[in-house]
Amino acid sequence: MGEVSLITALRTVVAREITLAMRRRTDVFTTLFFFIIAVTLFPLGVGPDIEVLRTIAPGVIWVAALLASMLALSRLFSSDFQDGTLEQLLLAPHPLSLLVLGKVFAHWLLTGVPLVVLSPLLGMQLGLDAQAIGLLMGTLLLGTPILSLIGAVGAALTLGVRGGGVLISLLVLPLYVPVLIFGAGAVDAQAKAVEFGAWLYLLGAFLVMTIVFAPFAAAAALRISVE
Amino acid sequence: MTNLWLYFSSPKTFYPLAGKLIPVFSLLAIILIAIGLYMGFAVAPTDYKQGDSYRIIYIHVAAAWMSMFIYVVMAGWAAVGMIWNTKLSDMMAGSLAPTGAMFAFVALWTGALWGKPTWGTYWVWDARLTSELILLFLYVGFIALRSAIDDPRRAARASAVLAVVGVINVPIIYFSVRWWNTLHQGASVSPEMAPKMAATMLWAMFVMAMAFWMYTIAVVLARVRSEILERESSTEWVREILARQR
Repeated sequence: MGEVSLITALRTVVAREITLAMRRRTDVFTTLFFFIIAVTLFPLGVGPDIEVLRTIAPGVIWVAALLASMLALSRLFSSDFQDGTLEQLLLAPHPLSLLVLGKVFAHWLLTGVPLVVLSPLLGMQLGLDAQAIGLLMGTLLLGTPILSLIGAVGAALTLGVRGGGVLISLLVLPLYVPVLIFGAGAVDAQAKAVEFGAWLYLLGAFLVMTIVFAPFAAAAALRISVE
Repeated sequence: MTNLWLYFSSPKTFYPLAGKLIPVFSLLAIILIAIGLYMGFAVAPTDYKQGDSYRIIYIHVAAAWMSMFIYVVMAGWAAVGMIWNTKLSDMMAGSLAPTGAMFAFVALWTGALWGKPTWGTYWVWDARLTSELILLFLYVGFIALRSAIDDPRRAARASAVLAVVGVINVPIIYFSVRWWNTLHQGASVSPEMAPKMAATMLWAMFVMAMAFWMYTIAVVLARVRSEILERESSTEWVREILARQR
């Protein structure tokens, strides 16, 4: 058998994830509709006053995005774990952390990017102006990969554990706190006409850090779960 | 020194050593708590602004320190367990978590009780309060993950990964919460504005922190001992101990 280069392996991992997701499209839509429904609940709970909604909009959309991407995490490794694909990935001659990064990237394309694309609609519903919506999209674009990366560690740790779905929220949500603060903080700062660049830089720095560290932690957790 | 360290890293030799150390640390804890409480409640002067209600800080501050230290120590043991694959380090990490969570809870609880007469409310979204609450969540996650996995080795290794990921995140969470706080509200009440403290107050606080350390060591050793018995129950020496106690 010829050597498979790392690039080919990565491309295969990403392509496989996307093919699988395209055959089970409802999974992608479930997450998306959860996001919409969760945001819709807030005006119903808080009241239709647009001024109030505008002030809480960045936080509401960010919290909903947090929860939506967390709910999608359980699918990240579980079907691969059940059908044995995960063991093949572990046995592959390539670094597991990079293959995990490939999987997380595909997962982000399928769950994070749709959230980013949909967010302007929800932002408009909650009375955000065009500038704020643009910034909101930017923060979601920077922030949702972090959610997928940190979430991958939690998903790997709770693989095959009883009560894994609820457990993962306990593990992952406290670690999401900085993303929420930086992301919603940027939009909030812009609304108050304060300098918001710092929040974006922090979000970017956090993204770079998680890209470097999270795949290693997730790979270590996968090895523990599968052994 | 290294040999001694290695010698006691085996559960079999550590078990009797822990048994001997527990009374020592328990006694130290009792003495120090007595001294600390006496200094804090009888010797230290009454605060001219807050009256006697401030005296809860002798428990509150020490508990808050401990909750943070313990998380770092726990992650340290978890890392040792990951690197050298030693059973005892896993047990240490697991045994520290409940005490750390307890101290985080005590810090929040006493903080609320102090906040009511001083700030007029049990809870404010102050940076320190919020990050302490998140620390409590991190402890709860660690304990929940550990108890959700039945195989003790897998539980130990999985929770070790979580503790190490958590400890990298703790400073980021702390600072993000601080910045979040300064953005959302002006610095209404901040411990940094606290007036200079009398020397006796500081000393009483220090003694209480030492007392809590001693308490932690004693409790953790006791917990490790029972975990050793549970995990090593199939070995000859544990059977002998159990037979002798019957």
